[in-house]
Amino acid sequence: MTGESFVFHIDGVAVTAKPGQTIMEAADAAGIYIPRLCDVEGLRHQGGCRVCTVKADGRSVSACTQPAAPDLKVENDTPARNRVRRDLVEMLFHEGNHLCPICEKSGNCELQAMAYRLEMTVATRFPYLEPCRELDASHPDIALDTNRCISCGRCIRASQDVDGKGVFGYVGRGIHRRVAVNGADLAHTDAAVTDHAMSAAVCPVGCIIRKDEGFRVPIGSRHFDHGLIGHEIEEKRE
Amino acid sequence: MIETAGVGAAQDLEIAEICARFGNDRHRMLDILLDVQEARRWISPASMDAIAAAVGLTRIAVEGVASFYSFLSLAPKGRVTIRLCDDIVDRFAGLDAVVAAFAEELGIAPGETSADGAFSLEYTPCIGMCDQVPAAMINEVVAVRLTKARAREIAQRLKAGIAPGEAVLPGFAELGVQERVRAQVENNIRQAGEVLLGPVMQDRGLQAAMAMEPGAIIDAVEASGLRGCGGAGFTTGRKWRFAAGTQADRRIVICNADEGEPGTFKDRVMLTERADLVFEGMTIAARAVGALEGIVYLRGEYRYLLDHLHAVLEERRARGVLGQGFDIRIQLGAGAYVCGEEGALISSCEGLPGEPKTRPPFPVTRGYLGFPTVVNNVETFAHVARLLDQGPGWFHAMGTERSHGTKLFSVSGDCERPGVYELPYGQKVRDLLALAGAEHAAAVQVGGPSGTMIGRDSFDRCLSFDDLATGGAIIVFSSQRNILEIVDYYMSFFVHESCGYCTPCRVGNVFLKKAIEKFRKGQASDEDITYLKELSGTIIETSRCGLGMTSPNPVLSSLENFPLVYAALTRPSKDGVKATFDIQSAIDGARGIAKRRSYIFDKDFSK
Repeated sequence: MTGESFVFHIDGVAVTAKPGQTIMEAADAAGIYIPRLCDVEGLRHQGGCRVCTVKADGRSVSACTQPAAPDLKVENDTPARNRVRRDLVEMLFHEGNHLCPICEKSGNCELQAMAYRLEMTVATRFPYLEPCRELDASHPDIALDTNRCISCGRCIRASQDVDGKGVFGYVGRGIHRRVAVNGADLAHTDAAVTDHAMSAAVCPVGCIIRKDEGFRVPIGSRHFDHGLIGHEIEEKRE
Repeated sequence: MIETAGVGAAQDLEIAEICARFGNDRHRMLDILLDVQEARRWISPASMDAIAAAVGLTRIAVEGVASFYSFLSLAPKGRVTIRLCDDIVDRFAGLDAVVAAFAEELGIAPGETSADGAFSLEYTPCIGMCDQVPAAMINEVVAVRLTKARAREIAQRLKAGIAPGEAVLPGFAELGVQERVRAQVENNIRQAGEVLLGPVMQDRGLQAAMAMEPGAIIDAVEASGLRGCGGAGFTTGRKWRFAAGTQADRRIVICNADEGEPGTFKDRVMLTERADLVFEGMTIAARAVGALEGIVYLRGEYRYLLDHLHAVLEERRARGVLGQGFDIRIQLGAGAYVCGEEGALISSCEGLPGEPKTRPPFPVTRGYLGFPTVVNNVETFAHVARLLDQGPGWFHAMGTERSHGTKLFSVSGDCERPGVYELPYGQKVRDLLALAGAEHAAAVQVGGPSGTMIGRDSFDRCLSFDDLATGGAIIVFSSQRNILEIVDYYMSFFVHESCGYCTPCRVGNVFLKKAIEKFRKGQASDEDITYLKELSGTIIETSRCGLGMTSPNPVLSSLENFPLVYAALTRPSKDGVKATFDIQSAIDGARGIAKRRSYIFDKDFSK
């Protein structure tokens, strides 16, 4: 899209946006972090996890899909917004089996990092759903443990749009909706460990596991051991 | 979408033929899958491979659609599938005895298929027959007012190899298309109003519209004050103006006949008695916005109306009022309440899982296949045809200041005269209850589960957009009914019908349902009431579409209007443990493994 850039406000800070930019894209460029899980740079926006929910002129919208607009007043980093986000992150923890101490992704996991950022420190009130889905270790280089999946769909979009393959897709409905593979199991698809969909940056949790590289980086030296999730964006701020 | 064939696609002539019938068009995926389901009684992995190969999609894309809709099955179903309507109204009318009769005769429990592949028995949410409960679908045939004896009789005929139609209604085969519809299902029109159910002159609205410029039609609809009758109440004229004002090569008019809100059945009656008027309204809309394509999205539960509707369309084509530029096709649904949401409905028409679309863009600018699309309710289109005939002033004069014209109400539950009532907007709940013979109601669910549950102190409230907005469902409950049983049922409905796209609706509704179960078991404390409110707030605030934004309503409105029901069931939490934690059920598993009782939590552990 073309056109004049314009100004809107996030928590009182003036942010410049170009027509067609989403609230989140403009915020990222301005060094303001809006928490998100299903959205990642380089992939289509999904608006599914809802962690990026902000109030825009009083209306709740997902910042990753909502276009910025001139003079919009966005409420982002406030106790009320973050409480709701914490609820959503807790829902994702309780929907799957997320046992950080035994998970290879610990320290690199965006769900875990988001829980730290949102100060998920007291015991949660939600019940645990404890799914029991079969592990798919059929592929020589990749294993899938969908018990740790948060249904963000990043692997689906990466495989479709970047790799041009369509290895993953959603099946089922409601609480039974889950990520599945294009075949009887992963070995019967054209998945390759070199796919963008299989890279560490795409799966935010410990669901897509690349074999033979576990614990190469020790706990304590991992990505989120160096700073809160979103700090790279916040450091861009002048 | 990816241009690759499914893995290992075998030659399958029957499936190739079905796909070819729909032009191997991936956007007709739902039609293809419905036909495969009918031919094979399930969608096997091999069938999905064959479909994927024919339409140029991955198998997982086909599986995504096949696994989304309740009427499509990934495991073999019986030659006859009996779907028992599991709505709360059916339950209160003796569903259990009916289920037991079918189960006993057929030798299978709900959820099972008989070993010889003859029968499947299952539950399904509201099939739109709340005024004649208990009801069931037997393949596409509808059976109403079931009793234990009648269920037994039907099951015996089915076992003797009699076709579903004959089994439900002896002589069915001899009936004409329209006669079959009326023989299966009662209309129960209790009050005919001036606009829709009273005398109607055929095609007069269309004739008036043909003499008008498209812009003038939109002006007239806007001037009438007509608002969408599906529940949300968006101004119809404005919606059309957006669609007409968007530059595009194609525009589409869609009629939302996915009447899935439990307790509503007025569109069923409109499609039976006033199908012509509905199609007339669609044709007027098409002229107003410049559309050549129309789609009626008919819920799968109303499959029994399909032949009748095709006959009406054919007759309109023969009369020259359809098919001269603008034509209509019927898209059959396959069991998904969320498809009543306009974005999900469009997704479904496009052959995708019924998932709502990201807004903006709105359907009026980018809808079906990316073209400007007007989606209106069955009742709305019929109103359009009438107000073009009688004039916007006539329509505007009825109703209240912000709600003009009449509204159809579907009344069911504990009342003497369940059925459809056409009344001007602004009636008091109390007056409608009196008409329906429900003066002794203790609770009324206005607008179905996504609406509001009110008690006697609210019966003077008005049915209009200013006060109690509703798509028309009025479900009456007597003082004999358990409020929490109703709330629990409605939450199970939303859990079943959430599409699962967004976290709060997918997961949060499960938690709400579990919390209500805890109240019903008498294990809740005061803190659980706060928990219900906070969880509901998060779901409403963050959900992506109207389903999640309204799904906590049964909980919130019952908490507000029946607080004592909840208060009576709470007790202080014992042992100082966390409120939501039930120690007794938690240690039950351990008791079993250890084969003894707990030293700490059982008073007499030696037993």
